[in-house]
Amino acid sequence: MSKLSNPLAVAAVLFATLGLTPPSVDIKNDAFAPQTLIVAAGTTVTFTNDDDDAHTVTATDGSFDSKGLDTNGRWRHTFVKPGTYAYFCQLHPFMKGTIVVKAVTQ
Amino acid sequence: MKRASFLEHVAWTGAGIAYSLGAGGLLTGRAVAAGTPGTIEFVQISDSHIGFRQAANPDVAGTLAMAVDAINALPAQPTFVVHTGDITHLSTASQFDDARAILSRLRAPLIALPGEHDVVGNDFKPYLANFRIPHSTGGGWASWDAGGVHYIVLLNVFNFEKLGLLGSDQLEWLRKDLTAVGRTTPVVVFTHVPLYALYPQWGWTTEDGTKALALLQPFDRVTVLNGHIHQVVTHEEGNIRFASADATAYPQPKPGSAPKPGPVTLPRGDLLRAIGYRTVEIDGGNLRFEDSALG
Repeated sequence: MSKLSNPLAVAAVLFATLGLTPPSVDIKNDAFAPQTLIVAAGTTVTFTNDDDDAHTVTATDGSFDSKGLDTNGRWRHTFVKPGTYAYFCQLHPFMKGTIVVKAVTQ
Repeated sequence: MKRASFLEHVAWTGAGIAYSLGAGGLLTGRAVAAGTPGTIEFVQISDSHIGFRQAANPDVAGTLAMAVDAINALPAQPTFVVHTGDITHLSTASQFDDARAILSRLRAPLIALPGEHDVVGNDFKPYLANFRIPHSTGGGWASWDAGGVHYIVLLNVFNFEKLGLLGSDQLEWLRKDLTAVGRTTPVVVFTHVPLYALYPQWGWTTEDGTKALALLQPFDRVTVLNGHIHQVVTHEEGNIRFASADATAYPQPKPGSAPKPGPVTLPRGDLLRAIGYRTVEIDGGNLRFEDSALG
């Protein structure tokens, strides 16, 4: 934990390790919010489509893909490996987001 | 019923077309010379989004069926009907089944291209199982000659992260395909995503489209008809004329006129005036088309 200097990152890791409300990404108005989400390794992130159009959560490196998420659709993915994961919507490629996965240090 | 005055009638004739600068700085066309009514060669429909259930159109199956009925009721049946993609909303088996059930009622043969909504997850199989274009290549693209016209189907809905993309295999196929076509032969190209940079901010472009257009530019009369943007927009580059078509599902905003390109919700009567089908006549090698609304 001490290795993380960004307060936001610390908060996100605490949030995740304490088992509070799972981190989530809201899809609305053709955008991912938050656009960048920082989580601890092993965290399951919930993506919810609150838009009136269909979307996807598709990793740029191909490591994950929600496939089609209709309006009110939900998709969960567990981020195991630390790293920075860029993703986009296959149906609206101008929609971009990033999940930053931090290693959990003891 | 023909389209209300706020939506343009567009016709291309040998006599030309008057262009005016519309919203977003895009050229929109208006016919200046009416041609002699001839035979409808083919009909274009697009963007049916079967499976969509939101406020912009809670009954996309119903409006597609209206378009099919209108086409079936034309005084003479066209040689074919082309659907320029986004047949379904999310590529599911039941959505393809529903779409096929409605489209199979067309009296004329159907040529249906996939849109990015028909290959969600970059999976081509559900589309191919339902709507493979006759005599198409392994990649799904195709060409054929009919009535003195060379028709080409190009697919630009894969690798969508980079916006529309044709890819080197398809471009090489196009280069070879065109070597057998005479310079004066009218060429008609069908795509889903616009081949030119219509509005790249919303993904309304094909990244390597300029390479295809360079191959098409030497031909005297080239027409590119596409869908994807749910509205009629016309454009011209050298000998190449472009026309995006209305959806049968719901309209989308004019480029840049809204924060996002999502579905536009209108009262039912206005919706039916903003969606429809396009009839195309070919007269002396020149394409003349008319966009008809459903209401």
